Amino acid sequence: MKELTNRTVSAIRELVVSGQASAVEICRAHIEHARAVEPQIQACRAILESSALEEAKRIDGDRRAGRPLGPLAGVPVAIKDALCTRGAPTTAGSRILEKFVPTYDATCVRRLREAGAVIVSKTNLDEFAMGSSSENSAFEIPRNPWDTSRVAGGSSGGSAAVVAAGEVPAALGADTGGSVRQPASFCGVPGMKPSYGRVSRYGLIAFASSLDQVGTIGRTVEDVARILGVIAGRDPCDATSAAVPVPDYTTALTGGIDGMRLGVPTEYFMGGITREVESAVRATLRLAEEKGASLVEISLPHTEYAVPAYYIIATAEASSNLARYDGVRYGHRAEGVRDLSSMYFQSRREGFGQEVKLRIMLGTYVLSAGYYDASSLKGQKVRTMIRNDFEKAFENVDAILTPTSPTPAFRRGEKLDDPLAMYLSDVFTVTSNLAGLPGISIPCGLTDDRLPIGLQILGPNFQEERVLRIAAALERELQFDRERPPVPSTPPDR
Amino acid sequence: MSITRDEVHRIAQLAHLDLSEEEYDLYARQLSSILDYVEQLDRLNTYGIEPTAHIVATSDSLRGDEVRGSIPRDDALANAPESEQGLFKVPRVLG
Repeated sequence: MKELTNRTVSAIRELVVSGQASAVEICRAHIEHARAVEPQIQACRAILESSALEEAKRIDGDRRAGRPLGPLAGVPVAIKDALCTRGAPTTAGSRILEKFVPTYDATCVRRLREAGAVIVSKTNLDEFAMGSSSENSAFEIPRNPWDTSRVAGGSSGGSAAVVAAGEVPAALGADTGGSVRQPASFCGVPGMKPSYGRVSRYGLIAFASSLDQVGTIGRTVEDVARILGVIAGRDPCDATSAAVPVPDYTTALTGGIDGMRLGVPTEYFMGGITREVESAVRATLRLAEEKGASLVEISLPHTEYAVPAYYIIATAEASSNLARYDGVRYGHRAEGVRDLSSMYFQSRREGFGQEVKLRIMLGTYVLSAGYYDASSLKGQKVRTMIRNDFEKAFENVDAILTPTSPTPAFRRGEKLDDPLAMYLSDVFTVTSNLAGLPGISIPCGLTDDRLPIGLQILGPNFQEERVLRIAAALERELQFDRERPPVPSTPPDR
Repeated sequence: MSITRDEVHRIAQLAHLDLSEEEYDLYARQLSSILDYVEQLDRLNTYGIEPTAHIVATSDSLRGDEVRGSIPRDDALANAPESEQGLFKVPRVLG
């Protein structure tokens, strides 16, 4: 039988459109492969077999009837379990939402369905996306397909792992401080956080609303671009979604980088960065130079203040967003309580995990009377300084290239007892959330232990095309797709 | 900065969280260490800098004042832990 998994988004659509394979066959093949590798990877909260097969049947029916097929016709996609999927439980990795079944689709999910995508699974994550390893999940903890003793990264660890393990060609994640790019980097796949406002957040379970942005993970930069083109754009249901026209991102992929000025910030090659990460990223920079780009050393002087500012801002917003979990309208309600007030306290105690409670309290503290000016307002002012750093840099360069994370995937449990150490794995990614900038991580090499290393490309606001162009050009040179994780990305012979 | 157990209690009350005995100690320790770390922001002079609360201006998001459909009542109640006669039901308000 011809191989149906291990293909790109456009290749799968081509199979469906040409009739070489049905959407149902493709869906079945991916689910079968997912079931084969899931015992090792544990990236899926749920595999939505029956609804996926129904959707696939509908696509096949459309084809037979000669109706037009969407840009993602028959393409299996996984969705981070923080995005609402109508009729399929959506937990955000939390006990408090364990039984929550959305009655509507997130806008990005609805747009995927309208484009013909088949939603095959919901993926595991850190509870409410609060973490950098997906170990803060109340449920299964995804493992890294390159080394299952290591984390897949977080918080969209499940979405990165399912793509790396070949369970789906593409997945949606969400990125508040690096939650798409860092796991993509750890799992050796491209992952993009678009500009703030590029994709509607309607139906994304909120963590920090001024930083959250839906992102895409794929097997290739082209896949990432195709999915982004479908989900991007203004949505009346999200007032912060931008009315900026959505270009055809795939046309950006063919251009080269000749003559581009690429900024290399000194501050991103200091601190805890490992020797192997630095050398892989620097080798890629030389490759960019060979392709005609010029490298410009730049300074983003407030980089070291980004993580502390981020943890003030993100936790303040989280404490406010998570106040809605009160056991009244949805979510967990404690049993046997004597009155309304104790219901609030008990339900939240039972429903939230340790890290979530820590962040709610940190956010409550920085917003409380007497501390607001010294902490919350201070954090927001530092955010302005970080934005200004980037604005100044982009006067002189077209894009900025950095490592995605200072280290490759770390071992499970390694940072679990030390929140601060965990926070620092986002040191190179939080800056662009604070500034609202688009960024992508692409795999640029392997360590001696065969762990992927990610290169991050950041662009000015709403310049996704430029970021994708650079990513695609470097991807062609790097040929990372020759490398495969040891967890089979193709099903065994049948 | 050292956060005492009393302060953890005060914050937990504000956040509507019940904590266990062990959690008081854990969070006192973790909050202290994170706030120590965050204190490095004090090294920066932010005098005259405008705060950034949000990246995009949302002033253009008003729509016409027309009546539109919304989530059907049954949908809104579908996930309610308890409901009665089309309403959310909660335990008694006064203990």
